[in-house]
Amino acid sequence: MSQATLNIRRISGHAGTAPGAGVEREEQVCKLVDTTTCIGCKACEVACLEWNGYSFRDTVFQNSYQTMPETAWNYWNLIKFNEHEREDGSMMLLMRKDQCMHCAEPGCLEACPADGAIVQYMNGIVDFQQDHCIGCGYCVSGCPFNIPKFNQHTKKMFKCTLCADRVTEGLEPACIKSCPTGCLHFGTKDDMKELAETRARQLRDHYGFDKAGVYDPAGVGGTGVIYVLHDVTNPEAYGGLPSNPRIPWVVKFWKGPLKWIGNLAMIGGVIGVTLHYLRFGPKQVAPEKNGAERP
Amino acid sequence: MTNGYVDIKNTDMMLIMGGNPAENHPCGFKWAIEAKRNRNAKMIVVDPRFTRTAATSDLFLQIRAGADIAFLGGVIRYAIENNRIAKDYLANYTNAAFIVKDGFKLPDDGLYSGFDAATQTYDKSTWNYEAAGPSAAAAKPGLPPNVNSDLTLQHPRCVFQLLKTQYSRYTPEMVERITGIAKDRFLKAADLFTSIRKDGDMKKVATIMYAVGWTQHTFGTQIIRTAAMLQLLLGNVGRAGGGVNALRGHSNIQGATDMGGVFDIWPGYLKVPTPADTSLKAYLERTTPTVSKPANWESFNYWSNTPRFAVSLLKAMYGDAANKENDFAFHYMPKVDRNYSWTQLWDQMYRGSVKGLFAFGMNGVAIGPDSQKNIEALKKADWLVVGEIYPDETSEFWNSPGITKAEMKEIKTTVYRLACAGFAEKDGSMTNSARWLQWKNIAVPPPGQARLDQDIVAQIFLKVRELYAKEGGKFPDPITHVTWAYSDPQHPSLAEVAKEINGKALGDVTDPKTQQVIKAGQQLPGFAWLRDDGTTSCGNWIYSGSWTEAGSQIARRGTEDPSGLGVYPNWAWSWPANRRVLYNRASCDPEGKPWDPTRKQIWWNEKTQLWTGVDVPDFKPDSPPKDHMGPFIMTAEGVGRIFAPLAAFADGPFPEHYEPFESPVGNALHPAQANNPVVKKLSTPADKYGTTGEGFNVICTTYRLTEHYHYWTKNNPMNVQLIPEPFIEMPVELADELGIRGGELVKITSARSYYIAKAFVTKRIKPMNIDGKKVYQIGLPIHQGFRGIQEDEGKNARTLANRLSPTVVDPNAYTPEFKGFLVKVEKA
Repeated sequence: MSQATLNIRRISGHAGTAPGAGVEREEQVCKLVDTTTCIGCKACEVACLEWNGYSFRDTVFQNSYQTMPETAWNYWNLIKFNEHEREDGSMMLLMRKDQCMHCAEPGCLEACPADGAIVQYMNGIVDFQQDHCIGCGYCVSGCPFNIPKFNQHTKKMFKCTLCADRVTEGLEPACIKSCPTGCLHFGTKDDMKELAETRARQLRDHYGFDKAGVYDPAGVGGTGVIYVLHDVTNPEAYGGLPSNPRIPWVVKFWKGPLKWIGNLAMIGGVIGVTLHYLRFGPKQVAPEKNGAERP
Repeated sequence: MTNGYVDIKNTDMMLIMGGNPAENHPCGFKWAIEAKRNRNAKMIVVDPRFTRTAATSDLFLQIRAGADIAFLGGVIRYAIENNRIAKDYLANYTNAAFIVKDGFKLPDDGLYSGFDAATQTYDKSTWNYEAAGPSAAAAKPGLPPNVNSDLTLQHPRCVFQLLKTQYSRYTPEMVERITGIAKDRFLKAADLFTSIRKDGDMKKVATIMYAVGWTQHTFGTQIIRTAAMLQLLLGNVGRAGGGVNALRGHSNIQGATDMGGVFDIWPGYLKVPTPADTSLKAYLERTTPTVSKPANWESFNYWSNTPRFAVSLLKAMYGDAANKENDFAFHYMPKVDRNYSWTQLWDQMYRGSVKGLFAFGMNGVAIGPDSQKNIEALKKADWLVVGEIYPDETSEFWNSPGITKAEMKEIKTTVYRLACAGFAEKDGSMTNSARWLQWKNIAVPPPGQARLDQDIVAQIFLKVRELYAKEGGKFPDPITHVTWAYSDPQHPSLAEVAKEINGKALGDVTDPKTQQVIKAGQQLPGFAWLRDDGTTSCGNWIYSGSWTEAGSQIARRGTEDPSGLGVYPNWAWSWPANRRVLYNRASCDPEGKPWDPTRKQIWWNEKTQLWTGVDVPDFKPDSPPKDHMGPFIMTAEGVGRIFAPLAAFADGPFPEHYEPFESPVGNALHPAQANNPVVKKLSTPADKYGTTGEGFNVICTTYRLTEHYHYWTKNNPMNVQLIPEPFIEMPVELADELGIRGGELVKITSARSYYIAKAFVTKRIKPMNIDGKKVYQIGLPIHQGFRGIQEDEGKNARTLANRLSPTVVDPNAYTPEFKGFLVKVEKA
């Protein structure tokens, strides 16, 4: 999804600063998903498919209203249904709209070795540029939410774009537009954060959810998609939402210390070669003994 | 709905029962969420399954399917016992103070007074008020003009005391025995719901929402009655955020009933004539109610205008051919001599007396009940015409599972399949649950040879009329004289039809009070202008005002809401008279002041001596509060009926808990009378009913999923991928007992037939303890069949869920009992 009109903040696999960085300050966009008012109608799933031009795919009944276990390369938005029993024995049906979280510190981008295959725009949207994607799949290991998915045919990675194409035109993402109950909201991160906190407070004060709170994990620098949860201490109950998502240490180590060790090793090699040259001069190749008299 | 979808945002308390609005009315459900978000409103959901509505609720109770009256009766008892009732409202706005005739008997043994076991009907003469004063002696059949009353509500035969006695039997213990809801859970719900009337406070409001989960029982009408009575008892009717709200299952099902789409009403809920109505006068005398009230009260009795509505309808039907001299062509109108309801039509086709069927916009074989019986019936018909946008099960009944090629050759029915336009391929109006008539424009033209429904109907009609004109026949006039004054008779425009329904003046009509004149030929501004002398025509009185000289009111899209109450007076048009909340006089106290000053709908203006407000008053606009006119102007009494007298209902003036026709348990209230005594079995060989003795001991309830729309969207890839296959929801415990795991095939069998689908093993349905007996319930979505994307690819079971459901109906509305019948469950 290439968006020439969007300002880029970060670029994967890219040396130096991103073009245009620091030129202009933009508001961080944010999607708020209030799981406590989600009715699992899947309108967002259909809107996502229709807007992004993905068509029908075969699905199979999975002993759930959820018909596939995870999002797919061409199915970026999936409501995860989880039957959950509370301590008092009462039933809950937790429904969470799963999609790319658009982390402030994106693990996928961190892990990506291809120059410009993953970008983070100034408004916070993390977007895959399939033109530059080499299909290595390293972004998968960088993502704590299991979001990037591989297309076998094109050998490229895909995921939710937060409707960057709509957002840049001043429209809300397609999922937001389709939500019938208003459990989805879109706006600046500050506004969404405030709205989410207000709702969480209401859940604590009036609806007996003492642990209601907002999911905006610090481990990835906060996210561009935030959740209101009935119980923020147990996000795993909502279909495997990690309590404390982080960029895996392997990626951190590889793109951090290892990268510098590698760089140092490489520079050391160059210095060594240079010193060797200065000290010993160019390598002299001894003349062949019996090869001179070729016919 | 007495109120409307948007109005739900004004509520403080919601009881959702017999419906699953989050899944089946998701856009309307937005307003329930708004009430929670903006008013801290509470939501109680009572359902056999923990649904997606339950997922957003504050209290969920799992009820046994068909035990709703027991639950609501228990709440009525709780409200009375704990003094959580709206006393002034009750005494002044309902018939609680009316005294009932001596000789009326409550159903301690399951039967009201007057039951005749041989005919399974009631003699309802004791189901009446006690006449007051001199008229008592000369009491004719019908309601007495003067009724004895006791405003202290202490008289042992006053409606309130009878109500109290009737539901004194519905103790929390009894509720637990019948519904399977543990006593403490029930008390929690009863306390929460009635908490709005704590300490006599009248400010708060509660609403009740329901759908076909209440109607589809052999006592469905009475469940809704119980809800209405509870709402009257709590003073919640007529008020913003209150009411009894039917969430209709189709975009235009409200319009279908409004326009007389059922056999026992004319458009606008006028009663149909019967063979006993030998003249218009006789018909009007029978169907026009007369006032019945305590002496010092007033009753508007708006149905006293029945002659104006009926004559204007006849003028719309027959124009100049309907005149004073010929009784306005009353003799042209069919007289309904028996029950022609849905199941009866199929039954009579099965028996061979109905020879043909036009099926437009519905899939009769899939709808059922007892789909196989309907298929057998169609095999016996001479012809079938289906207007549809997809090949459906009805038009392919001859290719249903189990039919061999040899059998297929034996079927003589001629099937005409007509490609119709879809909803976006035609204009017209739809009437939603909130009674809004909303005009829509055409989005795309119908594809290929598909035609507009109205064109098909018009062209068939014109052909039939031509035949009658040419060949005569027994009684051609009712056909040949029908008004058909459309500019293009073969293609009547729906705008012209809508204008015809609104009605126009045929001669100059003058308002006697204001002397305002509507000239001949002009559209009428509303039903107050209708006349019974033939000077007005109107296709449906309640729609009068929808398309006036000012233009189409139903195409309006004004988004102003000055009151903030979600009235939106300029958005579309709401019947009657663009009124958004019915009975809104009851939103004020007897002095005419709003019960809740923060939700002012209408009020009495001393200066102008008129009722005024943000909504259109549902009341005589100049009747001052001191005259004590009742706010329920559509009843002869002027008040809400807690006791429904005489023939209002076939099965009792108060609701009583009866068991579903097929039930796994006896009736804890009166073992000798388990079922609704007036419900009759059908008697063809196809009509089989199961018992626990035969091994049918699991309760099955049918339902719909948010991902699909009836039997239609199985042709749409997007919907199919959301729910690709049929399944059966069952409790973990039942699955464990039978060794079934999620996704494995199960076979469920009723006395009618069997159905195979994958098991959806869930914790959201729990086993129940009903009066000491362990009872399981399962849920059966109805969407799939034998025509559709997956079906055609052979990926689905290719049978219809409604093969299982029984042909047995509610005695008032004739709705089949799709909720709560008996099945066996086994591993397939």
